[in-house]
Amino acid sequence: MKLLRALFLLAAVATPAFAETILIRDGRVVTNGAAGVVENGDVLIVDGRVAAVGAEIAAPRGARVIEAQGRYVTPGAFAAMSEIGLSEISGSGAPNDADIEGELISAAADAGAAFNPGVTAVAVTRMEGVTRAAIAPSGTTTMFGGRGALVALDGGADSVFRDRAFMVLELGETGAERTGTSRASMWPAFEAALRDAREYPSRYRSGQGGAVLNEIDAQALQPFAQGHGLFLVHVESAADIRRLVRFAQRNPNLQFAIHGGAEAWQVADELARARIPVVLDPLANLPDRFERLSARLDNAALLQRAGVRIAIAPAPGAVDAHQARLALQLAGNAVANGLPWDAAFAAITRGPAEVFGAGDRLGRLERGYVADVVLWDGDPLEVASAPAAVFINGREQPLTSRQTRLRDRYSPVGRSR
Amino acid sequence: MRGHGIWALAASVGLAACATTGAETETSAGATRTPYESTYAPRSSTPTLIRGATVLDGAGAELANADVLMRDGRIVAVGANLQADSGATVIDAAGRFVTPGIIDVHSHLGVYPSPGINATSDGNEATQPNTAEVWAEHSVWPQDPGFGRAVAGGITTLHILPGSANLFGGRGVTLRPVLGARTVQEMKFPGAPQSLKMACGENPARVYGGRNSSPSTGMGNVAGYRQAFAEAAEYNRRVQAHEESGEGDPPDRNLELETLAGVLNGDILLQWHCYRADEMANAIEISHEFGFHIAAFHHAVESYKIADLLAREDICSAMWADWWGFKIEAYDGIRENIPFVHAGGACAIVHSDSEVGIQRLNQEAAKALADGRRAGLTITRGEAWTWLGRNPARALGIEDETGTLAPGLRADVVIWSADPLSTYAVAERVFMDGALVYERGRGQEHFSDFELGQTYREGGQ
Repeated sequence: MKLLRALFLLAAVATPAFAETILIRDGRVVTNGAAGVVENGDVLIVDGRVAAVGAEIAAPRGARVIEAQGRYVTPGAFAAMSEIGLSEISGSGAPNDADIEGELISAAADAGAAFNPGVTAVAVTRMEGVTRAAIAPSGTTTMFGGRGALVALDGGADSVFRDRAFMVLELGETGAERTGTSRASMWPAFEAALRDAREYPSRYRSGQGGAVLNEIDAQALQPFAQGHGLFLVHVESAADIRRLVRFAQRNPNLQFAIHGGAEAWQVADELARARIPVVLDPLANLPDRFERLSARLDNAALLQRAGVRIAIAPAPGAVDAHQARLALQLAGNAVANGLPWDAAFAAITRGPAEVFGAGDRLGRLERGYVADVVLWDGDPLEVASAPAAVFINGREQPLTSRQTRLRDRYSPVGRSR
Repeated sequence: MRGHGIWALAASVGLAACATTGAETETSAGATRTPYESTYAPRSSTPTLIRGATVLDGAGAELANADVLMRDGRIVAVGANLQADSGATVIDAAGRFVTPGIIDVHSHLGVYPSPGINATSDGNEATQPNTAEVWAEHSVWPQDPGFGRAVAGGITTLHILPGSANLFGGRGVTLRPVLGARTVQEMKFPGAPQSLKMACGENPARVYGGRNSSPSTGMGNVAGYRQAFAEAAEYNRRVQAHEESGEGDPPDRNLELETLAGVLNGDILLQWHCYRADEMANAIEISHEFGFHIAAFHHAVESYKIADLLAREDICSAMWADWWGFKIEAYDGIRENIPFVHAGGACAIVHSDSEVGIQRLNQEAAKALADGRRAGLTITRGEAWTWLGRNPARALGIEDETGTLAPGLRADVVIWSADPLSTYAVAERVFMDGALVYERGRGQEHFSDFELGQTYREGGQ
């Protein structure tokens, strides 16, 4: 299963051989790798991959040369959680594939099957330097939020480069609300669901059926229940996180990452030992839910210092279909609150790629990595900065969108009123 | 521009008039006090001289290497080489930036507080489309932890509005985020006019259309506004006729119509939630039919399409930097909305409508400034700070009290660690009426009563 998935991933990320050869010269290259930040560095892109990073790289014959002039050159940002592509407009009764109602489908919900690379938000988002996203539905009626997908934001027909990549799981207040309104009923229901999934299809064929899952959801959950996929678990409170850590220790074959984790700083050492990464929101500092009473602005810095792997994304509930571009601002605010710049930038590039199992080809500027590259007009974590050029799979992306069309139509520049 | 004496007079008379509560009570000190009036008392302060900062004065200017002198809670002077009073606190702010305290014209702190549960959801009296009779201040929970977080973001004044479920949501209130306030009266900005929150568009039509009652459409919305203002005009006429003749009984008090009459009289400022350009234009038509002024359109995602109209009508737009797409009336949001409105000569304001966003409105202004420049506009940092300073003060009718660093105004001042139009800048010191109310990293972060004693909270950040 793992092998199949790896092969599938390789095939899906592979790029056409006719992609342009590009040399980006003399930039401040953030590699996210062993080389760190390379001043006056060059990045050579061949066939959609990073062919070389370093100083004084000679331009191959026919290569297009882009002078970075000391500006930042970085891997593209990876939105660690988004609903992008699941709706054009999320409210107003417009069609919204992130919103799954009814009892029929929960664990089996498949974000990759719903992703539309043609939504306007894709162009709006990538022109801000976000080149990849992990997407998932916003909610179902059960503790299982469905299967998330990993997508490229180049708008291409094959944008989904890994579907069914992770299973969203609610094991905090939301999970309790959906499972008898109590954690006391949620945990037994979760364990029963895992049994249903592991005993699929036998107990369904025998007529016994599932204890809590229907046949469709049991089938979808099975690989995750057998350790062949990541559970992305929404938990916020220290108590809920500890319960998850203990469960993970008793079930070492299962893979877990946390989304939310507002109180994770209290449990940092346990999380580091358990090697459970946390996808967190650096702006979450209000006790807006009872599971987030101890939320604080330096959560990211404290976790990083303790050795917990982190990625940065909006908190559950703040994830949306239109503002994945704010990942850069979130990371910048983590810096303002104590997280080192390199760690913050990694938390929106390499970090998400690693959490979702794509860290061997995305998130760095190193030889062999997919050429998702952004040239910036300033420090990418500054809100005032913007990309000067964006490449996905080595292809330059247009810096235009429906929004820039509206901007140009109504621009007062050069107009006398 | 009114002088301070006139301001104070107008404010006290205005509050009594628009509230028409009638009664005055003896306080323990023997002074008379109008019910619901502010009991805000500035913290005691020492004269303070901030030296050598880059100053964005909120009125459009940037001053390099400037000093700011505060005394008795007021701005005394801004300029070069100011002399400190004897005994003054002197702060070396070389390399730092100084701005007026930020004003957020659109907040629901206190009415949608943290924690957000059913019992604390106090911002929408969504029981009928016209609830002009309710006052947001009567839902404000002073212990909302969000007030303390807002101060740490440089907020010194904020306007709390009811939600947008109704055509007429009720009265809004301008507050000081007073840390440790026990009552909303202790937070009320002295003399600040109340507002009326109205809502265009999808929200009221969805809420009431979903109940198969009116309004269920845009035209139903407009009919609802017009009928209500027609009744308010008639109520006003009867009240005035009685006041002039002194004969007979006055009309029965009607709290709903009192609010609308206050808008018609100009005592209550109209803050109108409206996204689309065409709906704002319809709203302007209504204002002309009934003879009132709209202080600001809120959210105003399409203001950039009608900057000329808004400039001509002298209506402010309170906007986000980049929110869009979450509903169809927000679909045409562009990153240049704020700078385009500014460039069109209209009054542009950065607002939050968010307990998270209110903590860093400076970053929203920074985005808008950068996007405006990238689109080819020439806008200075000083001009950009009018979006957080003079303009929101104007929309709230408090421009003679705060919003800029003009001498005589309240000494609401923020010292920033760096250029506040940077992601990395943080508010290091926040002064309200000349008193230091927040200092970063000095254990001055305020925890509300709600937060005291919670696990791990004390001693933390």
